[in-house]
Amino acid sequence: MTLDEIKNTLNAAVLSKKEDMNLNIVRAYCADLMSDVLAFSITNSLLITHLTNTQVIRTAEIADVKTIVFVQSKRPDIETIALADTKKIPLLVTDLSMYETCGKLYEKGLRS
Amino acid sequence: MDNKVAEGVFFLTGKDFSNAGIASSNLKGVLEGMNVQPDIIRRTAIAAFEAEMNVIIYAVAGMMHYYITPETIRMVVKDMGSGIPDIGLAMTEGYSTAPDYIREMGFGSGMGLPNIKKNTDKLDIDSVVGGGTTLEFIIYLNKDSKGAKNETP
Repeated sequence: MTLDEIKNTLNAAVLSKKEDMNLNIVRAYCADLMSDVLAFSITNSLLITHLTNTQVIRTAEIADVKTIVFVQSKRPDIETIALADTKKIPLLVTDLSMYETCGKLYEKGLRS
Repeated sequence: MDNKVAEGVFFLTGKDFSNAGIASSNLKGVLEGMNVQPDIIRRTAIAAFEAEMNVIIYAVAGMMHYYITPETIRMVVKDMGSGIPDIGLAMTEGYSTAPDYIREMGFGSGMGLPNIKKNTDKLDIDSVVGGGTTLEFIIYLNKDSKGAKNETP
């Protein structure tokens, strides 16, 4: 799925600047434990999480996560958005719950 | 990978969460600059990040040294912390002594040391209660130089 398709599927807002909306995402992983992201996520994947602190961006960078979706209207602060911009990691936020977010993306064919 | 060697050190401050992860991020940049294979970079960065977070969460301060040769990446992470009373228990997935505020940040789930072991080829832990902990781990850059994977300390 492209970033644009993910955004439309989740009715999400894009928080970071100058994103390539044609960025192709083929895998997704969902977690609120950053060690789980480090242990089990797949390189170049999408991370779905409730956590919005800067450590999420650091973890994503280390684990080669390509983009992050924050669920349940959780919005990161300016510092976190700025760090994501620096690391070129697009951020999306959706009003949907984690369950609904995963379900909708799975329905569209995105697998873990 | 380029036929180069490199070494360096990062100084870590306990509870400095706003800078947590910068050392591992910088190390990742060093490895990328040396054209190390992406999967090796990812394994090294994950092990380094877990070790860095352990120092920041549990210790007063620490140092993270790296030594890169064409054959190996060796890292030594030494902290001034309270030490690990039972290393076997600390290596158990899910075992954690982290306080709630650490867990709220997404860390302290008891996967740090197991993740380091999983991503490295050799791991040694030396810890003295009240004296601090030293982790040393090695990642082989070539399959030919790879020894027994993940020897339990």
